[in-house]
Amino acid sequence: MTEIVIETRGLTKYFGDYCAVNNLDLSIRRGAIYGFLGPNGCGKSTTMRLLTGLLTPCAGEVRVLGNELPQQAEALRRKIGYMTQKFSLYDNLSVMENLQFVAQIYGLTKRQSQQRIAQLLALYHLEDKQKVRAGALSGGQKQRLALAAATLHEPPLLLLDEPTSAVDPENRREFWERLFDLSDAGTTILVSTHYMDEAERCHGLAILELGQKRADASPQQLMRQLKASVFLLQGDNLRQLGKQLAPMSEVISTAQIGNTLRVLLAPALAEPQQWLQWQLPGTSLQRVEPNLEDVFVATTGVGYAKSAQN
Amino acid sequence: MPSLRRINAIMFKELRQLARDRITFAMIVMIPLIQLVLFGYAINTDVRQVPSAVVDLAGTAQSRQLIYDLEASQVVQFSHRFDSVVQAEQAMTSGVVAAVLVLPADFQRRLALRQQGVLLQPVAQWITDGSDPLLSGAVSALGQLPLTLQGIDSSNNPAAVMQVVRYFNPEQRTAVNIVPGLIAVILTMTMVLFTSAAVVREREQGNMEFLITTPMQPLELMLGKIVPYIAVGCIQTGIILGLGHLLFAVPLPLHWLSLLVVTLLFILASLTLGLIISTRATTQLQAMQMTVFILLPSILLSGFMFPYAAMPLAAQWLAEVLPATHFVRMIRAVVLRDAQWWTLSYDVVYLAGFTLVGLVIATLRFKKRLD
Repeated sequence: MTEIVIETRGLTKYFGDYCAVNNLDLSIRRGAIYGFLGPNGCGKSTTMRLLTGLLTPCAGEVRVLGNELPQQAEALRRKIGYMTQKFSLYDNLSVMENLQFVAQIYGLTKRQSQQRIAQLLALYHLEDKQKVRAGALSGGQKQRLALAAATLHEPPLLLLDEPTSAVDPENRREFWERLFDLSDAGTTILVSTHYMDEAERCHGLAILELGQKRADASPQQLMRQLKASVFLLQGDNLRQLGKQLAPMSEVISTAQIGNTLRVLLAPALAEPQQWLQWQLPGTSLQRVEPNLEDVFVATTGVGYAKSAQN
Repeated sequence: MPSLRRINAIMFKELRQLARDRITFAMIVMIPLIQLVLFGYAINTDVRQVPSAVVDLAGTAQSRQLIYDLEASQVVQFSHRFDSVVQAEQAMTSGVVAAVLVLPADFQRRLALRQQGVLLQPVAQWITDGSDPLLSGAVSALGQLPLTLQGIDSSNNPAAVMQVVRYFNPEQRTAVNIVPGLIAVILTMTMVLFTSAAVVREREQGNMEFLITTPMQPLELMLGKIVPYIAVGCIQTGIILGLGHLLFAVPLPLHWLSLLVVTLLFILASLTLGLIISTRATTQLQAMQMTVFILLPSILLSGFMFPYAAMPLAAQWLAEVLPATHFVRMIRAVVLRDAQWWTLSYDVVYLAGFTLVGLVIATLRFKKRLD
């Protein structure tokens, strides 16, 4: 299945002088869970809003589910489910009332909506919360309600803007299980996040920074393709070592993780292990496989360094 | 093509939210109640008991009689007596009294000459504090008091030059005029504020971002938002008229249908005004400020407080734009003069047109986008 459901070319959005999304090319196939990974303010939310037709692009072409945006935004609205970053259902309506409201807005008949709501309440473990006001729900329950509302009309495309930012790990796992169910049924899912573990679950991943795409591939490919080398250091005075290494131009980043220091070295070094051993004689070090955080740091760090110089 | 289902959905959601928002719900009842009592009792343009001083330089039986007669009118109350005009002037400057009656030493002689028709000049003088036109105006009217001093010439009882017959409000009670006008002020305040806040709140709390990604149409949202508040407006009108009748004996209208027609027209016009504001304001505070911006001229220019006819032309033009002006005119006609709504065609047509144009503007201005 290689049908492309979202395609953008040169997508650009300015807010005044500030360039929120810069010349973005995307190509997302049907049924994929596609992630936007990036720090706050990197243009994740703006891109999502551009793809739903909530914002008008300043330049570039956008085609979502066969609809040209922004011209055909209205036709697209029936086919997408959108979960906003902030809970956007009504706090002073009950779970049931919120879902009924959404069902009516999407024009479901009474029978359809009864069936569908019962199905969703069971799926998202909200049956015993039917009469509880949405404002009184926990973070995880709210998020499940929001997902239920976004999928009520069974849209072929789902956009989730930082869906798990207020959710504990247990609920997050459960949430992702549901996303894979949906993906399996053919729903394309776009999800923005700044959690590595979440990004790692996606089929495809775009790392965004300052409105630009730094990398675009599956998480596994990104980790395999990383040219920087990663070492784990062990020793007594890790803080001291970290401070010593950080300013060197060959070192992309250092991060202490428990009793080890994780060091990312620039790909320019021909013999990274020798170089590091030479820098820190007597320290035990071990080369390891890069993880997604290394990829993120290596790809975005360049941008930050560049922007700092400018 | 607006969908009735979606309008219904928004309407019932709005009603539910309204019923659960206790403060707003309380406001619906408390605003008309408190305003009615405040305005009904406090705003009183019937001038009574103006604190006054008298300087009686004549000191005769007839001068004292004149003072008693004036005091019997209840317009003035002689709280001070002074021996000289200078002292009285000082009392007025310091604000102790607002008017001074000066009876000259030759009062008796002037009176006699005037009664014989020889002297045409006044026999006494009123000095009033002109800084309050309302008070000084009332006192000036006393200057026209026909000099039929009892005990002097009761036989020569001249009839008033002109007879005055007062229709609709014979006792000239201010409350009768104020209460129907108050409906205009309270409806302007609550209707404009509630609708503008109702839409802006959705934007502020993030509901709007979800709502505009659904197939919901702007007109559906506007209509769904308006309908619940029509009922609110009718309840408020009922409270004001009912309490006005109980507390201030304001007459109830004879033609209930006419009352319904003009009130609904005004409610609709105010609601669309609120919607227009909501497309402009980004926070509830801004919506509130813009409401006050509409509310102030509606109080001052609509004819609620000051007679429309007495306003300068420019103010009248401005007043004509405000829905409240048209409603004040109509509601007074319907409640106080038992007019039928079709006899007020100019105002009826204006409000209907205002609503239609407003709804179109609000719908066009409402964008299903964030930029």
